[in-house]
Amino acid sequence: MYSEKVMDHFTNPRNVGEMEEPSGVGTVGNAKCGDIMRMYLDIDENGVIQEAKFKTFGCGAAIATSSMATELVTGKTVQQALEVTNKAVMEALDGLPPVKVHCSLLAEEAIHAALWDYAQKNHIEIQGLKPPVEDIEETEAYHEMAEE
Amino acid sequence: MNQLIYLDNAATTALHPEVFQRMQPYFTEIYGNPSSIYSFSGKAKKAIEEARCEVAAFLGAKENEIYFTGGGSESDNWAIKATAFAYRNKGNHIITSKIEHHAVLHTCEYLEKLGFEVSYIDVDEDGVIKLEELKAAIRPTTILISVMFANNEIGTIQPIKEIGEIAKEHKILFHTDAVQAYGHLPIDVNEMNIDMLSASGHKINGPKGVGIMYLRNGVRMGSFVHGGAQERNRRAGTHNTPGIVGFGAATKLAKETMEERAEYEKNLRDYLMERVMKEIPYVKLNGHSTLRLPNNANFSFRFIEGESLLIMLDQKGICASSGSACTSGSLDPSHVLLSIGLPHEIAHGSLRITLSKETTREEIDFVVEELKKIIERLRSMSPLYDDFLKEQSQK
Repeated sequence: MYSEKVMDHFTNPRNVGEMEEPSGVGTVGNAKCGDIMRMYLDIDENGVIQEAKFKTFGCGAAIATSSMATELVTGKTVQQALEVTNKAVMEALDGLPPVKVHCSLLAEEAIHAALWDYAQKNHIEIQGLKPPVEDIEETEAYHEMAEE
Repeated sequence: MNQLIYLDNAATTALHPEVFQRMQPYFTEIYGNPSSIYSFSGKAKKAIEEARCEVAAFLGAKENEIYFTGGGSESDNWAIKATAFAYRNKGNHIITSKIEHHAVLHTCEYLEKLGFEVSYIDVDEDGVIKLEELKAAIRPTTILISVMFANNEIGTIQPIKEIGEIAKEHKILFHTDAVQAYGHLPIDVNEMNIDMLSASGHKINGPKGVGIMYLRNGVRMGSFVHGGAQERNRRAGTHNTPGIVGFGAATKLAKETMEERAEYEKNLRDYLMERVMKEIPYVKLNGHSTLRLPNNANFSFRFIEGESLLIMLDQKGICASSGSACTSGSLDPSHVLLSIGLPHEIAHGSLRITLSKETTREEIDFVVEELKKIIERLRSMSPLYDDFLKEQSQK
């Protein structure tokens, strides 16, 4: 049911771990639905993401999307990282089964939540970044997906 | 990976070679339609009646009380819908439990849309139905009680005899979905006051696509599949002769081996449970500790999610199942696990292992060793586990 890339990122996830003093950290999802992602970002003084780490409670797709998301944001500026959408994560994984698309939304949300934390800590505003939502089902992207 | 360790026998079982052998001639040689008049078809008809005898003998029923169907789900649908329609003048109320198979639950929900009323009775933390609640739910309009014999996920065996007595006392029909129990536990429809019973062939090393319904003589009930006059006008459709022969052969074999098999499976299952509970931290056993199917073990591992666990087991050649939402295609974990009071996040981390008489101690040892590694690995990735450890260290 999963692509080879998903299986690869699930079996050998990249960047699993924690950070002692992250520039930004965000936790999204809830245990009720069976998915929780926590993403840590280390961002340098130029606003470039030097390192990303994650911990995820969830299914194979949730772990694979977390892993891919950390790879995609590493080396990018904060502004570029905002463009790592759920679609980008999904494409990089050669697609996800329809019932697992929400996992990719969770990955996007996790990046945004960590960036939001970074912005709050440094009292800066990141253009286009919205505060993280409690529930993934409240996001615009989720509704768009549901309509599709 | 060449090895296959099949531990999902509640999902389906392998067809027994002996059963297969008995079925074979009815595909190619004795293919006549059992309803035809010529003597060539007589052999097929005779084989079906022999199978019916085997089933009746296993259940303590009469031969003319056994009806062959297309499987357990069809039997459940038939029992519930046909009773509802046949007895709608008497009442419109049905009692069932919260942990039934979807073949029963979704049928009841469908009837609710048509104006029937259904009470879904709670179970305790072991998954045993609350008899007092069941009694209190009885109304003058109650026409049917449907409670499963044993649960497919957590293995808990229900107090069927007691429920049968309650039903009889109140002159209410009693149906039991015995798909998981048939061929695995002794059943006597008279002693247990069962009016209707569903069972399936492929759970007892028989073929898929064939089931039975036991229907007590005297119960007024219409046809479910309309058409020809097969099965005493109650279930139309040309007989699935090889399937029915296979069902009969599997029943005979299951009956002969039941005691010994149950003992073997139970010992090995207890060994598995003991090792898992002792060697893996933060685990909970789901279902009753003793009143459970001999081959069923069900655990919840905290801080991890079931689908990840299943994929990692699969990579080691181990087949098992989970009540996690991700394996069901919905956002909610198994209704059975929620009904026994598990919080969502713990229900998501469940694992069902169901043994067979072919399962070996070496396989169980291998599974436990792999489980230990996989669970440790998944926990090392889990933010829930991090939070838990931090909480613990602050205490």
